[in-house]
Amino acid sequence: MRITCPHCGERDSREFDYLGAASLLERPENPAAFTDYIYSRENSAGDNAELWQHSMGCRAWLYVVRNVTTHDIKQVRLAREART
Amino acid sequence: MRYSAFQVLKNALTGNTGWKPVWRNPEPKKAYDVVIVGGGGHGLATAYYLAKTYGVQNIAVLEKGYLGGGNVGRNTTVVRANYLLDGNLEFYSKSLEMWETLSQELNYNVMLSQRGVLMLGHSDGQMEALARRGNANLATGDDAVLMGLDELRAFTPYLDFDNGRFPVKGGLLQRTGGTARHDAVAWGYARGADLHGVDLIQNCEVTGFRIENGAIKGVETSRGYIGAGKVGMAVAGRSSQLAEMAGMRLPIESHVLQAFVTEGLKPLINTVISFGMGHFYISQSDKGGLVYGGDIDGYNSYSQRGNLPMVEHVAEAGMALMPMLGRARQLRSWGGIMDMSMDGAPIIDTTPVDGLFLNGGWCYGGFKATPASGAAFAHLMATGQHADYAAKFRLNRFETGHLLDDEGTGPRPNRH
Ligand SMILES: Cc1cc2nc3c(=O)[nH]c(=O)nc-3n(C[C@H](O)[C@H](O)[C@H](O)COP(=O)(O)OP(=O)(O)OC[C@H]3O[C@@H](n4cnc5c(N)ncnc54)[C@H](O)[C@@H]3O)c2cc1C
Ligand SMILES: [Zn+2]
Repeated sequence: MRITCPHCGERDSREFDYLGAASLLERPENPAAFTDYIYSRENSAGDNAELWQHSMGCRAWLYVVRNVTTHDIKQVRLAREART
Repeated sequence: MRYSAFQVLKNALTGNTGWKPVWRNPEPKKAYDVVIVGGGGHGLATAYYLAKTYGVQNIAVLEKGYLGGGNVGRNTTVVRANYLLDGNLEFYSKSLEMWETLSQELNYNVMLSQRGVLMLGHSDGQMEALARRGNANLATGDDAVLMGLDELRAFTPYLDFDNGRFPVKGGLLQRTGGTARHDAVAWGYARGADLHGVDLIQNCEVTGFRIENGAIKGVETSRGYIGAGKVGMAVAGRSSQLAEMAGMRLPIESHVLQAFVTEGLKPLINTVISFGMGHFYISQSDKGGLVYGGDIDGYNSYSQRGNLPMVEHVAEAGMALMPMLGRARQLRSWGGIMDMSMDGAPIIDTTPVDGLFLNGGWCYGGFKATPASGAAFAHLMATGQHADYAAKFRLNRFETGHLLDDEGTGPRPNRH
């Protein structure tokens, strides 16, 4: 699996660390929604929006859409731009 | 047929013509009192105990592929009870106790081999953590032996004790731990359930639930609708997908775990060893193959096959611990999809839907859990009460904060 970092270009997946679902970007205002925010996951077998860090490269946080059955990478953006 | 030495002798003399298929292959009925989804270790064990211990009749196990084709037939067969936290401790202790008589219980040889499970320590801090774990195990009534370097050099002389980066300082041994024959566990429970009248229905995928007024009525399957009074979900890496059909979102990610086996070798590794640095563990199968594995690949996956970085990582970790491994030829590698729960511990509980029950989130520990998981899930489904040894595996613990985070790594499935 290779991920194309917007800063560094196409790199081996071993340069990246996986954090989890990109829904972590949507931090809720309401404390009651926090359990769901921290613990519940979509976990479907298709495309998954997720957060990776290019930790052994430019260290940018990335928003990646990846098919979790085929590992095809569909989209890579900087997380801070995806957040809007 | 009851298996016995007499049957083996008799069949040896009569050309082995007396053996019969081990279970029936029935057509699904229109409705059952209890339907278990998933014919892996947990589903089959649940059906067995429901029928045997609780006298429930009219049970079906629905399996989308073939019995035992999931993780129960893909795992590395390590059985142990050396966890750390209350909740996990009593559960795995109960499970190990059940393992010790499982072959007799099922009249089927599950080949339990209590060759010990050894966890290595590579620093003073790690040795202290092992001592703490050992004390927790002793306090639960399980065995634990903290081994110093001399003892360890005698017990497992082939380790690279003086490795420059990860020298071995000692280890924690649980002598009652070991391995079992994974397929035999699936087959033994399947045979036992069938003998108690359970319908084992293969090639039958559950594709939806029929729920009316908040109560379960039955399941939609690839072989038509099947009515059910109660439904138990036991589908290992597919729990999220199945629960979603009932409108639930679970605290689970699905990940792939790989395992590896070498060509058969003469007896070499006398126990089950887990490296304390980098996740690597190894044992030797009764056929002689060295069986080993490491961590999950690290990111969500439904691909029943792992990627190469973990293959390389596991090989490197193995070589660091046991340089002679480099001389063995690796024959096969494979992967299985596992439910990785947000705290690393399983869930055995009711759900918001009346009559629908959940058994999932087994992570790395699901094989050793099989007997106690089946017994506890059957107890819950039959009586509505949580078995005392599985009372902490609740779904709402993520809300109430009663997490069972044995590794202490937080809500990060890829860190458990
Ligand atoms: C490589 C590897 C090594 C492991 N090593 C160990 C170990 O050493 N020790 C240990 O304790 N644990 C280990 N585990 C974990 C353990 O194997 C699992 O946690 C455990 O087997 C899961 O429970 P099960 O046996 O019921 O799962 P499975 O055997 O996977 O059973 C689930 C079944 O559900 C079926 N199913 C799924 N969806 C549907 C549907 N919609 N309808 C009908 N059927 C469905 C599947 O086909 C499958 O047969 C390992 C796992 C892997 C992958
Ligand atoms: Zn980069």
